[in-house]
Amino acid sequence: MTSSLEINNWSLLFSVTLLIVAMLVDYKEKLGLGNDIFVAGIRAVIQLFIIGYVLRYILEIDNDLITFAMVLFIVFNASYNAHKRSEGINRSFTISATAIGTGTALSLIVLVFSGAIDWTPAQIVPITGMIASNAMTAIGITYRSLNSKFSDQRQQVLEKLALGADKKQASMSIVRESIKTGMAPSIDRTKTVGLVSLPGMMAGLIFAGVDPVEAIRYQIVVMFMLISVTSIASFIASYMAYKEYYNDRNQLTV
Amino acid sequence: MSEPLIELKNVGFEVDGTQILQDISFVVNKGEVVTFSGPSGSGKSTLLKLIGTILTPTSGEILYKGTNLKELNPIEYRKEVSYFFQNAALFDETVEDNLSFPAHIREKEFEKERALKLMEQVQIPESYLTKKVKDLSGGEKQRIAFVRNLMYQPDVLLLDEVTSSLDQENREIIGKLINEMIEEEKITVLSITHNQAEIEKASRMIEIRAGKMEEDK
Repeated sequence: MTSSLEINNWSLLFSVTLLIVAMLVDYKEKLGLGNDIFVAGIRAVIQLFIIGYVLRYILEIDNDLITFAMVLFIVFNASYNAHKRSEGINRSFTISATAIGTGTALSLIVLVFSGAIDWTPAQIVPITGMIASNAMTAIGITYRSLNSKFSDQRQQVLEKLALGADKKQASMSIVRESIKTGMAPSIDRTKTVGLVSLPGMMAGLIFAGVDPVEAIRYQIVVMFMLISVTSIASFIASYMAYKEYYNDRNQLTV
Repeated sequence: MSEPLIELKNVGFEVDGTQILQDISFVVNKGEVVTFSGPSGSGKSTLLKLIGTILTPTSGEILYKGTNLKELNPIEYRKEVSYFFQNAALFDETVEDNLSFPAHIREKEFEKERALKLMEQVQIPESYLTKKVKDLSGGEKQRIAFVRNLMYQPDVLLLDEVTSSLDQENREIIGKLINEMIEEEKITVLSITHNQAEIEKASRMIEIRAGKMEEDK
């Protein structure tokens, strides 16, 4: 069983032909994506080799403190990327870190205490990656929704303020819509799981020879975990971010 | 009648180095009805926004009942001084959502009787309460928005060319209601209008030209 899991250097090299196919399409259609595909390919190889060696080291020494540091590192990176996607919202790094950090912490606590996963680096690190990346995407969508709605519904917000509403009352409908938008992809994914895609967690376990009926149990936990973390992250991010659209005189600044 | 309600002292407003308004000073007493006139782009609208705390002056000060606006809680102030936008927008889903909003944010019961009375005054039938905002015409939206501003019985109405985008019929309906409010509720009104007839009771006219006060008569 394990022999089928090995990809030797030659196989890896041949897989580059898959990238070449993409580059040929680019060349023929003059899409101008050649550089991007090349850089993306190189980056993927370098980043994955580095993380492969780092994970091997973390798994081998199996130290709680180092595992925790890895969790923080993942949360920091996810927060930084979410912050970059915020399109100018003030304090977006703090907001992203609070949202992703809280979502990740709560999900990990529930998973570890329910016994769904163990506090071992081999389980904690990949699960944290899954949680944080989904929270990051959800927050990115939430920020985009806040920005576009505060701009589209600017007059409505001004009306509410002029009628005597505070920041929260004036923003509530936008906040709710943005949380919904942030959560929508993970709900949709959960609805179609198994019908359209066999997600990474489950596919990985089946690859490793685990009985599919066992593998789906993990996938069920993962799907629920992702709905929970995207809702927590979108909720915290929306509630923290809407205030940044106003000044201390309760005036809209966008 | 001579109790000063709103007082502007050398008020100025500047954006990116451009002086929009400068050195504006006047006093409005309780119950007064003041209209502002002047060419478009002269700064009238900005002036009304400063009084409505939609914007903050970059120089000078505005006092309300003797207190600088900077020291007042803007939320409480706006509950007494109601700013009405030139192209008012409705929000949420139904007409009732809009009319009950002022009560909702004040944690009070929605006064349906008052809503129906005001709706009648602007010739909007009762059945419109449940009507969806997206199904209304421009004139209907403006009339409902006007009723929305009057729902909480403000002490001061700031009207920024409220009828300029409306047809003659809608203009007359809103004009009539403004005059009734002045008569019945002794409301203080500061209004920008190109149509002086709209406000029959105007006691004063202030002219703004190129960001400065030209006349106060």
